[in-house]
Amino acid sequence: MSQKNSFVREVADKKYEYGFSTEVETEIIEKGLSEEVIRLISHKKGEPEWLLDFRLEAYRYWLTMEEPSWGHLKMPKIDYQNISYYADPTRTKTEKGKGEIDPELMKTFDKLGIPLEERLALSGTAVDAVMDSVSVKTTFREKLQEKGIIFCSISEAVREYPELVKEYLGSVVPYRDNFFAALNSAVFSDGSFAYIPKGVRCPMELSTYFRINARGTGQFERTLLVCDDDAYVSYLEGCTAPMRDENQLHAAIVEIVVKENAEVKYSTVQNWYPGDSEGKGGVLNLVTKRGHLRGANSKLSWTQVETGSAITWKYPSCILSGDGSQAEFYSVAVTNHYQQADTGTKMIHIGKNTKSTIISKGISAGKSQNSYRGLVKVAHTADGARNYSSCDSLLLGSACGAHTFPYMDIHNESAVVEHEATTSKISEDQLFYCNQRGIPTEDAIGLIVNGYAKDVLNKLPMEFAVEAQKLLGVSLEGTIG
Amino acid sequence: MNAEKQYIDLFAECRTMIDGHSVLALNARRDEAFHAFQEIGFPSKKVERYKYTDVSALFLPDYGLNINRLDIPVNPYDAFRCDVPNLSTSLYFVVNDRFYDKVLPKVSLPQGVVVTSFQKAAEVYPHLLEKYYGQLADAKTDAINALNTMLAQDGLFIYVPKGVVVERPLQIVNILRADVDLMVNRRVLIVLEESAQMKCLFCDHSIDDVNFMATQVCEVFVGENAHLELYELEETHVKTHRVANMYVRQSAYSTTTMDSITLHNGYTRNQTDVMLDGEGCETNMYGCVIADKQQHVENNTLIDHRVSHCISNECYKYVLDGSSIGAFAGRVLVREGAQKTVSQETNANLCATRSARMYTQPMLEIYADDVKCSHGSTVGQINDAALFYMRQRGIPEEEARLLLKFAFVSDVIASIPMDALRDRLHYLVEKRFRGELSKCEGCKLCK
Repeated sequence: MSQKNSFVREVADKKYEYGFSTEVETEIIEKGLSEEVIRLISHKKGEPEWLLDFRLEAYRYWLTMEEPSWGHLKMPKIDYQNISYYADPTRTKTEKGKGEIDPELMKTFDKLGIPLEERLALSGTAVDAVMDSVSVKTTFREKLQEKGIIFCSISEAVREYPELVKEYLGSVVPYRDNFFAALNSAVFSDGSFAYIPKGVRCPMELSTYFRINARGTGQFERTLLVCDDDAYVSYLEGCTAPMRDENQLHAAIVEIVVKENAEVKYSTVQNWYPGDSEGKGGVLNLVTKRGHLRGANSKLSWTQVETGSAITWKYPSCILSGDGSQAEFYSVAVTNHYQQADTGTKMIHIGKNTKSTIISKGISAGKSQNSYRGLVKVAHTADGARNYSSCDSLLLGSACGAHTFPYMDIHNESAVVEHEATTSKISEDQLFYCNQRGIPTEDAIGLIVNGYAKDVLNKLPMEFAVEAQKLLGVSLEGTIG
Repeated sequence: MNAEKQYIDLFAECRTMIDGHSVLALNARRDEAFHAFQEIGFPSKKVERYKYTDVSALFLPDYGLNINRLDIPVNPYDAFRCDVPNLSTSLYFVVNDRFYDKVLPKVSLPQGVVVTSFQKAAEVYPHLLEKYYGQLADAKTDAINALNTMLAQDGLFIYVPKGVVVERPLQIVNILRADVDLMVNRRVLIVLEESAQMKCLFCDHSIDDVNFMATQVCEVFVGENAHLELYELEETHVKTHRVANMYVRQSAYSTTTMDSITLHNGYTRNQTDVMLDGEGCETNMYGCVIADKQQHVENNTLIDHRVSHCISNECYKYVLDGSSIGAFAGRVLVREGAQKTVSQETNANLCATRSARMYTQPMLEIYADDVKCSHGSTVGQINDAALFYMRQRGIPEEEARLLLKFAFVSDVIASIPMDALRDRLHYLVEKRFRGELSKCEGCKLCK
């Protein structure tokens, strides 16, 4: 018993690895949200008129909306006037340092293991690093440019490729979509933009690293990914935040357009600060992610490993309008302590012979609540649509909850839709078997959980898979009692 | 005009009349229900539990109500024969929302067993009625319960005392009979005391070609170690709307088996909430829906595991033809501390035409860790390979399709332990698939 306690204490001390904050000169605008603030953000970013109009329209619509409450979540009341909507850590006081990255910032990203210096980037991944509201640096831009691939921050894209941005921004997630989408459309700061032209196979993984640093701010990034005919791209996303005892809001939008025969792989390892073991603080992760498979035989695959955030409320979705398009969703969601997750996916079949697969693994421990919520909709036009969903939940501890809310709306007689779900705890037999062979219980749990999540982890790109595996271990340590 | 207004007005106007033709136990709860109904109104489709059925639209038309309790001029024993005739049952009728007690079957029930109307029960067993009536169906949170509690004037009361085994199944035939569009508010109260056993079959029929709106609230108490089998068979017509709420509370070591079979209907919403209140309970719920034309059938279930060591099984099958709409929402809730729960939920659906629609939502909500819960749900169509195999062997396509559909639902029917009922249902389902109307076979009323 005492041994167990000492282990728990050890882990409690270990806590969140990325919880440091960076002392960097950051320009933060006044707290509060109004048309003036939106104009100010737009002005600071030097945006064209049409984008300001887009923001204002979204803001006015947002004002008419009510905050949703249907999630299986206990949400703290968010005071939207008590958040600063723009924080820029790259702005140094003197004009002298302009254009160069603050060495403190460099150190931060080094510490997080994100190589911003290209000579260090042996991993061969192009990175767009976003801290608070601003993209700090995008690597490998020139090399990608040679192939015609555009990879830059969305602010730059607005300036340099306004036509492309104008065409696709809001075309997958319109600002009227939901409350947080409207908010994001009004105040979005930075994010990544990628355009893969026809027939190009992106030679390296594109990746965005999001970091919230400043206190009292929210992050509202916007990612737009367009994959033209016959192109391919694999995109990674990672996130961390410092430990703060307040809740920080993260309301992002990710839009993906996939055209004929194109393929996009989108992987997320979400490790926002989950709050402390008492449930204090942590990031509220309220994100709208959606891909539109417009072309025939296009393919989109979402893979997510969710270990962080006090509250995760997101449904990376796919609209399968191209005939023969395929979508996949692989998810591992881990919740511990007082974390809450209500996550899953939506697969909307519109085109003929479309196919989707959903594999979701939930792991709940401590006093956390973990829900899978998913919709499979087959429109009457979607002849021969096929879906397979499987959601498993693993319970570690008697005070946590695991829930499954699958929705299936079938409007076509030729569709085949299957769903199955199981909920159980770690089998005593498996544990006993491991113990018997000299594997201590803690390690055995790790082993079993990793085996359980393997289906999803296998879908992640190599370097992410290693990180995710480690994260799973850290998130769950000390949960057995 | 919103749908609630006419009922609020009606209640305010006719309150004395409603009370006058009813009994104290029912009258005592009307005020509370009325206030709740005024406050909550009919649920919109935005309410999660009602998202598949637009209830307020159902209640919008102007239906007549028999508040004065005028007599029904027929003797159902002479005029009507139910579809399940070969079964040796104790047969009772509920005509519209009134228990028919002018003529009663010549069967002797075991000592102490009561099958009667609320009117009678209020005279003879007022303490029982008061103790159990309205205990499970919460009028404050559910508009259907509130409306029913407001307007119900009579009901069916079944009571089985401690240790009594009712060998012969009870058969309750609900007949809807009217010359004008009619709304009925049925109320059922079933109480099984400790170690009692009973089998009960409810058959729903509507025999006049007018619009019917039937609400039904059924409260069932299953005592410790008691055993209840409850079957519901709906064979009404397209002009019948049925909104039924059933609440079951099971005490320790009790077993219930519930079957809900919808063969013919118009618009049906069955909501069944089972509360497992004592350790070692077992609940089996089966459902079978065969729908075509514009029919709409929703089964909405909740199994609430409140304590440890309980078992629940659920299996619902739908076969949808024409432009019918099927919906299934099954929620299994395992509360904190309900360890060693075993729960299984299956929903399989066959969509036979393009315009048929199926919504399914099997939910698990689990707050205990030592449990084994699973659910599975499928929507698909007849297997081409199987069809080909049969045709290859000389079975005509139509016949082959029929056989496959029949096989699809047969496991629900096979789960019925009563042989005679099972055989009869096999026959009825087959007939249903062949498109033959069976309801007129033995009935003199609608000829």
